[in-house]
Amino acid sequence: MQALYAQLLVGLINGSFYALLSLGLAVIFGMLNIINFAHGALYMMGAFCAYFLLHLTGIGYWWALIIAPIVVGIFGMILERTMLQWLAGLDHLYGLLLTFGIALIVQGVFQNYFGSSGLPYAIPDYPEIGGFRGLQGGMNLGFMFLPVYRGWVVVFSLVVCIATWFLIEKTRLGAYLRAATENPTLVRAFGINVPRMITLTYGLGVGLAALAGVLSAPINQVRPLMGADLIIVVFAVVVIGGMGSIMGSIITGFALGVIEGLTKYFYPEASNTVVFVLMVLVLLVKPTGLTGRAA
Amino acid sequence: MAEAAARPAGAEILSVSDLQAWYGESHILHGINFNVKAGEVVTLLGRNGAGKTTTLKSVMGIIGKRTGSIRFNGQDITRASSDRIARLGIAFCPEERGIFASLDVRENLLLPPIVRSGGLSLDQIFELFPNLRERLNSQGTKLSGGEQQMLAIARILRTGARFLMLDEPTEGLAPVIIQQIGHTIARLKSEGFTILLVEQNFRFASTVADRYYIVEHGKVIDGFANSELSANMDKLHTYLGV
Repeated sequence: MQALYAQLLVGLINGSFYALLSLGLAVIFGMLNIINFAHGALYMMGAFCAYFLLHLTGIGYWWALIIAPIVVGIFGMILERTMLQWLAGLDHLYGLLLTFGIALIVQGVFQNYFGSSGLPYAIPDYPEIGGFRGLQGGMNLGFMFLPVYRGWVVVFSLVVCIATWFLIEKTRLGAYLRAATENPTLVRAFGINVPRMITLTYGLGVGLAALAGVLSAPINQVRPLMGADLIIVVFAVVVIGGMGSIMGSIITGFALGVIEGLTKYFYPEASNTVVFVLMVLVLLVKPTGLTGRAA
Repeated sequence: MAEAAARPAGAEILSVSDLQAWYGESHILHGINFNVKAGEVVTLLGRNGAGKTTTLKSVMGIIGKRTGSIRFNGQDITRASSDRIARLGIAFCPEERGIFASLDVRENLLLPPIVRSGGLSLDQIFELFPNLRERLNSQGTKLSGGEQQMLAIARILRTGARFLMLDEPTEGLAPVIIQQIGHTIARLKSEGFTILLVEQNFRFASTVADRYYIVEHGKVIDGFANSELSANMDKLHTYLGV
């Protein structure tokens, strides 16, 4: 039973990263109509940003959670302004190829300096609250041992996902976003600076990826190809969930993480392929994804 | 910019001269000339495809390639972006109404930002369009065609823009709704709004318009006041083929 719970937890952790990344992809796809293949590379940049902050300036994990998404978000906005915006109105394929190229370049640059092996990033050991030193250690829940950091990742990701959903579905800013997704020309004719909103949206989606990168640094180490490995699964998640829906990508992300975890327990041989098998099934039965709108 | 509303009736608010516009490679407008004075309701008449909608969209800055001169309150807006044009106080209600499916009625109504003071309050809007109050939580595209048209007009009244461009507001609507929209336009006019209307429904236009321009093949070929209407009836039948 212990092993089952442990795999469930691993599944929830992976699900957190799937959800944060596919959420960003969904937001970007909605506004820019671009399938952002650079997402994995930007996730990796988030982790490296945390690593640099710690080793070059001594700025630790908690600040990195705020600073890394902003830095990488700004990098993303520069990409959007200088390159992606010229693809507006073109077929999806152009955006996909361009962002794939950007991903290869970014990963190549990091590989050139850091090789392929992982750099360690410690779990933060501050602040000390009660018996806990930061997010280190664990607690015994009776039925299982829960490493604090892993619990934190799941809870924090969930909070960020729901906050993003709230921002998009329930606020005035989100109404602008949804309206501009449907009819950007008319929204602009109402006096809203839509190009600037598109840039900020890309920054937001990219920032979410970078945030996931920081969260993942203490668990998976910091590696130039950490995003390249993950992004393939995330795209499968997005295909299963459907591109257009915010809540859909959150739920699908967590659900597929858990399904993967359960597969690891019941039939470990299939754990690396289960997501792709599901993807094929969904594509055969409902090509727009479980919650998606037609692209 | 509050002086815009306070301009004396009769001052030119919009003047368009030699406006040419292109959709991609196709040259649609070949030299449009007309003007609108403060407090007027001016109607562009013409057959399908004459260039009336393109004229509105060019004024709004939505058509990519446009030349000539468009001046609004003395300012040159020929090359301005549509968000800037909107912020100068021009509001546009498109032919296809542009109600957003992913927004509920309340969100649709509150979507266009306030560009200046002096817009209608929500209460005033509900007084004009009582149906909307009942439907606030419905999804935008679940409304009937008439309700969608009312919502499309209502949402631009909040913004404080005093110059409204309505593209075929009566298209496809039942006579009783058309009548309601006519009353609304008359009411807005009495409150000092300036309105540029595109209509195919000449009968409707004649109940609200002060002046007409006839658009044909991307040019304004004639214009006359409502008082000269009966004298121009024969010409009009030829122009419109009705």
